[in-house]
Amino acid sequence: MQNLRYEAPETLADATALLAAEDGMARVLAGGTDVIVQMHSDLIEPDLIVDIKNIPELTEITKEGGAYRFGAAVSGKTLMLHEDFNKTWPGVMDGVRLIGSLQIRGRASVGGNLCNASPAADSVPPMIAAGAVASVAGPAGTRDVPVEDIVTGPGQTCLDKGEIVVSFLLPERPPRSGDAYLRFTPRTEMDIAVVGAGVNLTLDDDGACTAARVALAAVAPTPLLVAEAADALIGTKVDETALEALAAAASAACSPIDDKRGTVEYRIKVAGVLARRAAAIALERAGKNQ
Amino acid sequence: MTKHHIQTTLNGDEIDVLVEPTQSLLDVLRDELHMTGTKEGCATGDCGACSVTIDGNLVCSCLVLGVEAGGRNIETIEGMADGDQLHPLQEKFIEHVALQCGICTPGLLIAAKHLLEENPDPTEEEVRYGLAGNLCRCTGYQKVVEAVLDAAQVMQK
Repeated sequence: MQNLRYEAPETLADATALLAAEDGMARVLAGGTDVIVQMHSDLIEPDLIVDIKNIPELTEITKEGGAYRFGAAVSGKTLMLHEDFNKTWPGVMDGVRLIGSLQIRGRASVGGNLCNASPAADSVPPMIAAGAVASVAGPAGTRDVPVEDIVTGPGQTCLDKGEIVVSFLLPERPPRSGDAYLRFTPRTEMDIAVVGAGVNLTLDDDGACTAARVALAAVAPTPLLVAEAADALIGTKVDETALEALAAAASAACSPIDDKRGTVEYRIKVAGVLARRAAAIALERAGKNQ
Repeated sequence: MTKHHIQTTLNGDEIDVLVEPTQSLLDVLRDELHMTGTKEGCATGDCGACSVTIDGNLVCSCLVLGVEAGGRNIETIEGMADGDQLHPLQEKFIEHVALQCGICTPGLLIAAKHLLEENPDPTEEEVRYGLAGNLCRCTGYQKVVEAVLDAAQVMQK
């Protein structure tokens, strides 16, 4: 880090050009709550830091028709203060509120939480469940990537050299939709998920589930979108039988590791329990959201 | 390494400082500006001892680069008292003996001040969650929580 350069470009084109042109190690700086920790811990020695917070697209929260788009560098705190976004996507905010402490959320962003590529990232499962799509900019132009396709392994993403996640588009919410995220940790604050589960669902006028997405954290090398678990809900009234099937499908999708936070058996079991509880909260929220 | 010239507002004063891109805001405060009230505990954002506010936003100064601080409004523990007149939170921390070694105290005071600005009449639970990002290794949190709740009552009068 003897020759670390710090750049704070004001346009996407400048940011991607800087990252693409760097021969050494380049890192993107949003909230810095992972990157600066890694620098202090001597895990990385970057040659170039590109601070993306001066680029408008990275820091805005906008409405596109009925859909929300928010910049990848928007801090958790900024999202927490956005009343309508909290009302529209309570499950996404369940995840955001669980990231670190108030101090961490004052800086940490959903884009950084995603690109740090931890299997245990709390905002990622509810974003996957929400059907969020990342807008990715690079030297060759922009592309849209579903959030579930960004992380390819622990600490690994599908982003090419010079590419950055610019923003996330969350689809317009039909009436009677609800989402929720739960994580299990021994402590209530400042901890890393043993297991996390996010559920997003939509009901019809008779209370039958017409659409659902279920995502899990910390039970595989990447956050998981579990189609079988969603299928267990779709077409049902999210009754006891459906919730049992959801829990079984969530547990069946897990391929976790043993570590100090939990054993393989424990994580598999808890994934089913949490998915079921998250679905119950999503159902209740959908019922209130006429 | 190229140094960056930073102009920023610190506790109401305009300041100029040269910072290296590897220096955290905490390093700049302590090593360049010799404002050592802000403490380093973990340097990884876990303990909150280095809490400061930037444009009213509570952050760990160890996880902010000094070069990011240009043009901001930074408040540290040195700006909390008004001359010799202690802030009510500082008075209540003394009255309730809400400290032992004192390393976590500046961060706790900054976080508590921020908490009461956002929520002037918090419940005990809200205080505990509000201060969850500040670790104390000596006294436990009971007296800290009592001091903050007491200060909240005084500040509302």
